Amino acid sequence: MTTTPAPKPAAAAGGRAGMKKELPEKFRSYKHVWVFIELERGHVHPVSWELMGEGRKLADKLGVQLAGVVLGGAGEDTRAAVQECYAYGADVAYLVESPVLADYRNEPYSRCMMELVNKFQPEILLLGATTLGRDLAGSVATTLATGLTADCTELAVDADGSLAATRPTFGGSLLCTIYTLNFRPQMATVRPRVFSMPERQEGKSGPVIEYEFKMIEDEIVTKLLQFIPDRDSNKSNLAYADVVVAGGLGLGSAENYQLVKDLAKALGAEWGGSRPLVQRGWIPADRQIGQTGKTIRPKLYIAAGISGAIQHRVGVEGADLILAINTDKNAPIMDFAHIGLITDAVRFLPALAKEVRQRIAPNTRSRLVG
Amino acid sequence: MHLVVCIKQVPDSAQIRVHPVTNTIMRQGVPTIINPYDLFAIEAALRLRDKHGGKVTVLTMGPPMAEDSLRRALTYGVDRAVLLTDRAFAGSDTLATSYALSQAILKIGQTYEPVDIVFTGKQTIDGDTAQVGPGIAKRLDLQQLTYVSGVNEVNLEGKTITVERRAEGGVQILKSNLPCLITMLEGTNEIRRGSIDVALAAARAEIVTWNAAAAGVAEMGKCGLKGSPTVVKRVFAPSPRADKAKIIDIGGLTPDAIATKTLDEIFNRLPTIEKELTAMAQG
Repeated sequence: MTTTPAPKPAAAAGGRAGMKKELPEKFRSYKHVWVFIELERGHVHPVSWELMGEGRKLADKLGVQLAGVVLGGAGEDTRAAVQECYAYGADVAYLVESPVLADYRNEPYSRCMMELVNKFQPEILLLGATTLGRDLAGSVATTLATGLTADCTELAVDADGSLAATRPTFGGSLLCTIYTLNFRPQMATVRPRVFSMPERQEGKSGPVIEYEFKMIEDEIVTKLLQFIPDRDSNKSNLAYADVVVAGGLGLGSAENYQLVKDLAKALGAEWGGSRPLVQRGWIPADRQIGQTGKTIRPKLYIAAGISGAIQHRVGVEGADLILAINTDKNAPIMDFAHIGLITDAVRFLPALAKEVRQRIAPNTRSRLVG
Repeated sequence: MHLVVCIKQVPDSAQIRVHPVTNTIMRQGVPTIINPYDLFAIEAALRLRDKHGGKVTVLTMGPPMAEDSLRRALTYGVDRAVLLTDRAFAGSDTLATSYALSQAILKIGQTYEPVDIVFTGKQTIDGDTAQVGPGIAKRLDLQQLTYVSGVNEVNLEGKTITVERRAEGGVQILKSNLPCLITMLEGTNEIRRGSIDVALAAARAEIVTWNAAAAGVAEMGKCGLKGSPTVVKRVFAPSPRADKAKIIDIGGLTPDAIATKTLDEIFNRLPTIEKELTAMAQG
C-alpha cells in the first residue's frame, strides 16, 4: 500500500512541498534522538548500532542527546545491550525489563514504546527495517498518529531542525525526501547495512533511565508457543559479506547463473542477483540484492550482466569497489561502478574464475558458498 | 468464516521508465497488476474458506480503474469485491490509507458477515513500506500477525488461530485470537488458476463500489492529504557519481588476458583484498 502520496510526483510535490512547518504547542517539548535497540533472543541486531552511528550525527547537528532504547526480559543480555549503547555513541539509555518483553510480540512492545514516547517525548525515533522493526514501527506510528518513513537511504537535519528522510520511490526508480513536519516523533526505519557500522568505543558509560512497564501476561492475547531458530545453512550472509558476486538478466538464462556461483566459490564470496532473477525463479528471494532485497556493503562487488536500476543501485552503493561487467557501455551501472568491463559476462566469468583460482591459494571454503 | 483481503493495484514496476531528460516517471502504457505480494494473501484466504466454509471479500482503495484488479481477484474465486474510491482519498500516506481501509472493513463487517481475519500482502512493490497492514490492525484493535508463512490451525468455536511467523533468525509459532490481521509472507503458497466458469462469472460480477460516505468513513480530516502526517518535499533522480566507471581497455585481448588485467586493477585499487582472499582461501 502506499507511503508516498499517490503516484504523481510533480503534483504531490506541488500540493504540499511548499507546506510550512507549524509545530503544534504540544510537540514543542519533544527533544532528542532515539534509536530502538532490537534485542531478540539475547542478540542485538547490528542494524541498531548502524542506526546509532547515524543517530549520533543527527543528534550532534541538532545539539541534543542520543539515546538507545532497550526493551527485553530481565537478565544479563538486556543489561549488556544497555552497556553497548554507550560503546556505540549513546549519551543515555532507556531500559525496560519485563517478563512480557522476553520475546518479541507486537502487543507488549508497541504498548511499551507508546508509553515511553508519550512520557519522555523524543523528536526522532529510528528503528531497523527488519521484520521486527517494521512490525513495531507501523503500529507505534499508527497509535501515535505520526509520520513514518520506511526504508530510508539517507537521513539529514535541515535548516529548521526537521528530519529529512530520503528513500527510493516508484519501485526504486526515483528518490524522494519525506518530512513529518507537524507531528512528533518523526519516525523512520532503515534497512541493515544501509549505514556503516560505527567504531566501537571501549570504556564509555552513561546514565540509565529505567522505566517500569506495568503490562502483565494476562493482558496479552498472542502467545509464543515455540521459536524455531534458523539452521545456519539456510541463511545467506549476503548483507555482511566482504566479497559479493551477483548476476542479472544479461546472463541470458538460469543455467548461465551457475557461472556467478563458480566465481563466488573461487573468491570465497557470497552470491546474489537482481530482482528480475528472483521474479523469474533463477535464484531464491533471500539472494536478491537491492532496495527490496538485501543491502550490501562489501569491499568488492562484482555485478555481471546487471544494468543497474536505481532500486539495485541503492542496495550496493556502500561497496568499496564495484566492478561492472556489461555489454552495454551506456548501462546505468557504469554511472556508479568504479571499474567497467564492456564484454559478455557469460564468456568472461569463467576466465576470471580461472584467473582467481590461479592467483589465490586453493579454495577450501566451498562448503560455505555451495 | 469471513475473510477480507486488502489488495492494491500497482504499476508493473519492471516496466516503469524514467524520462531521461525530465527525470519524471513515464507512466503511459505501464500495465497495472495486483501487487504480487497480495496474491499470497488471496490464496491463503481462499484455502481457509475452502477448509472452513464462509466467504472471501477482496477490498481495494484506489481510482475507479482499480476495478481491474478486483475483477482479476474474482477470477481466482473470491466471493465479493469492494472498491473504495473517492477523490478525498487522493494523496493518502500509509496512516491515512490505513484509516480509510479500516473504516471500509468495519462497514463490510456490518453489511455482510462479521470479519474473522483481515489479510494483506507483506508490502507492496511500489510503496514497499509494509506499514498499512499494521496500521489497519491498530485502528481496528485486531491481533497483528505479520510475515506469516503459514496458518497452522483455526478453531472457529474457540476463536483461536495458530500461525508460523518469520522472525529475525527463526520462526515464531504464535497462538492468537480471532479476529486478527495477517500479512502473508511471499512464497508461502501459489495462487490458483480459477476455472473458466469462475472467470466468466467474474467478468459479469458486480463490483461493490463505495465512496467515503457509503463506506462509513466518518472523519474526513483523517483522509487524503489532510490525514497524512508525512509530506513529500522533493522527488528526484539520484545524481550520477562525478567520476564514472573507469572502462578497462580490452581491445584485442583474449578473455584470459582480460581476466589478468581485471584482477590487476582490482588488487591495485584494493591492496588489502589480495591478502584477505588468500587468507580466506587458506582458512
